[in-house]
Amino acid sequence: MIDNAKTPILQVNNLHKSFGKLEVLKGVSIDIYKGDAIAIIGPSGCGKSTFLRCLNLLEQPSAGEILFENEYMFKNERVYLKRQLKKMKQAQKNGEEFNQEAFNALTAQYNELRTAEKEIEKSVAKNINLHRQKIGMVFQQFNLFPHLTVMKNITLAPVKLKKLTEEEAQAKAMELLKKVGLEDKADAYPATLSGGQKQRIAIARALAMEPDVMLFDEPTSALDPEMVGEVLKVMTELAQENMTMIVVTHEMGFAREVAERVIFMSEGVIKEENNPKDFFENPQDERLKDFLSKVL
Amino acid sequence: MLDSFYDALKGERWTWYFEGLGKTLLISLGAITLGCILGIIVSLIKYTNKKYGKMKIPSYICDIYLAIFRGTPVYVQLLIMYLIVLVSVPSMWVAILTFGINSGAYVAEIIRGGLEGVDDGQLEAGNSLGLSNLQVLISIVLPQAIRRALPPFCNEFIALIKETSIVGTIGVLDLTKIAENIIAKTYDPFAPYIIIALMYLAVVLLLTYLLKLLERRLAKSDR
Repeated sequence: MIDNAKTPILQVNNLHKSFGKLEVLKGVSIDIYKGDAIAIIGPSGCGKSTFLRCLNLLEQPSAGEILFENEYMFKNERVYLKRQLKKMKQAQKNGEEFNQEAFNALTAQYNELRTAEKEIEKSVAKNINLHRQKIGMVFQQFNLFPHLTVMKNITLAPVKLKKLTEEEAQAKAMELLKKVGLEDKADAYPATLSGGQKQRIAIARALAMEPDVMLFDEPTSALDPEMVGEVLKVMTELAQENMTMIVVTHEMGFAREVAERVIFMSEGVIKEENNPKDFFENPQDERLKDFLSKVL
Repeated sequence: MLDSFYDALKGERWTWYFEGLGKTLLISLGAITLGCILGIIVSLIKYTNKKYGKMKIPSYICDIYLAIFRGTPVYVQLLIMYLIVLVSVPSMWVAILTFGINSGAYVAEIIRGGLEGVDDGQLEAGNSLGLSNLQVLISIVLPQAIRRALPPFCNEFIALIKETSIVGTIGVLDLTKIAENIIAKTYDPFAPYIIIALMYLAVVLLLTYLLKLLERRLAKSDR
């Protein structure tokens, strides 16, 4: 445990993501250690969901680095060099000062980096599904498979990916259903469940793959208020069992009580990161103070 | 009026209708089978191109196929196939091939609609569990797409059965051609046309009923 705590399970360095001209992530860096329960809060459109979705590459980042269990999930630093080269060329065109030697050196550096990064991209493409097996994700809209029973929803991936046999997977599923308090719903179809029940099934489905990290993308935002509690209860139990979890949420109570670290994102960057006590009682960033005054 | 029916059915004549119906159904079933195979291939190519940006050129070829076969009358297609493309092929095969390729274009669009109707969240959920794109397609997207596509697909099959009534033009003795042949002997169009109309109707009603049963079975997961 102590050794594990030293090397982060997820390392994110200077992550950028643009949708066309719109830059959503403007350099996010964070290390996540085994057993961490991290809450990410922030105003709508600040990039917190995008950030979470980059972590299992549902969204392809534009630049930066992501390492998962010390292996590259994503690496692209060459875009910076490319930008620099472009700038130099533009300067030359405009008849401004131009250093051919520096340009050549930078080009060589760019080509070298490009080869190395292409190599990484190839290996990531090959291993992405293996990585994703170890990164569970829970969505705002649940995304249960409507054509399958609850049982099949949970056993589909472990059986298809040959992690468990059909019988093992069913036993595991029953165990997980008990954990989320829905063992009587094994044969039900998702359409017959309430939102809170759906989300608890979605958590069980992700847990069936025995992930090392769980990502929660606003798991309670689509729920009726009275159903939020039952989902948070399951998540709190998970945190107490030392599951590594990253939770994008608007539930300040959850962030305060359960998370070990709280992160405030705004305008595509991490503005503040602290333990919940100091985070809520003694915020430093102006934007965070403003945000907290509105939501608390 | 009874005389008309007597003439239309007398001797061995009544058995001809069933031979004709057999040909009509054979062409329809052969064509829809071929249409399904083509439709699935074409729709998957176009879906892959749209979702993952792969298979650009095959997708372009599919577009041309769709434009040609949905953009010209099936009657003209049948004549071109019979008189120009497949000259020495038996007319029964020409009919099956032509209607198969033609309905393939329609089935492709029906299935593509079903595929694209599946929410992106389903793909993301599958991917996030570690399933490959192909596994997601087979276990998650296709079953949902097929259920969506089933009603329009059955409509296509029903339309196809009725469209085959033109194959008499290339000498296939289908249900409609049988009626024409009998009228040529009795000079009385009344009974034969009423009889075959009722036979087409019976087939279509039976199919509609089967479709309802199937839809009810598939609908058990959404309530």
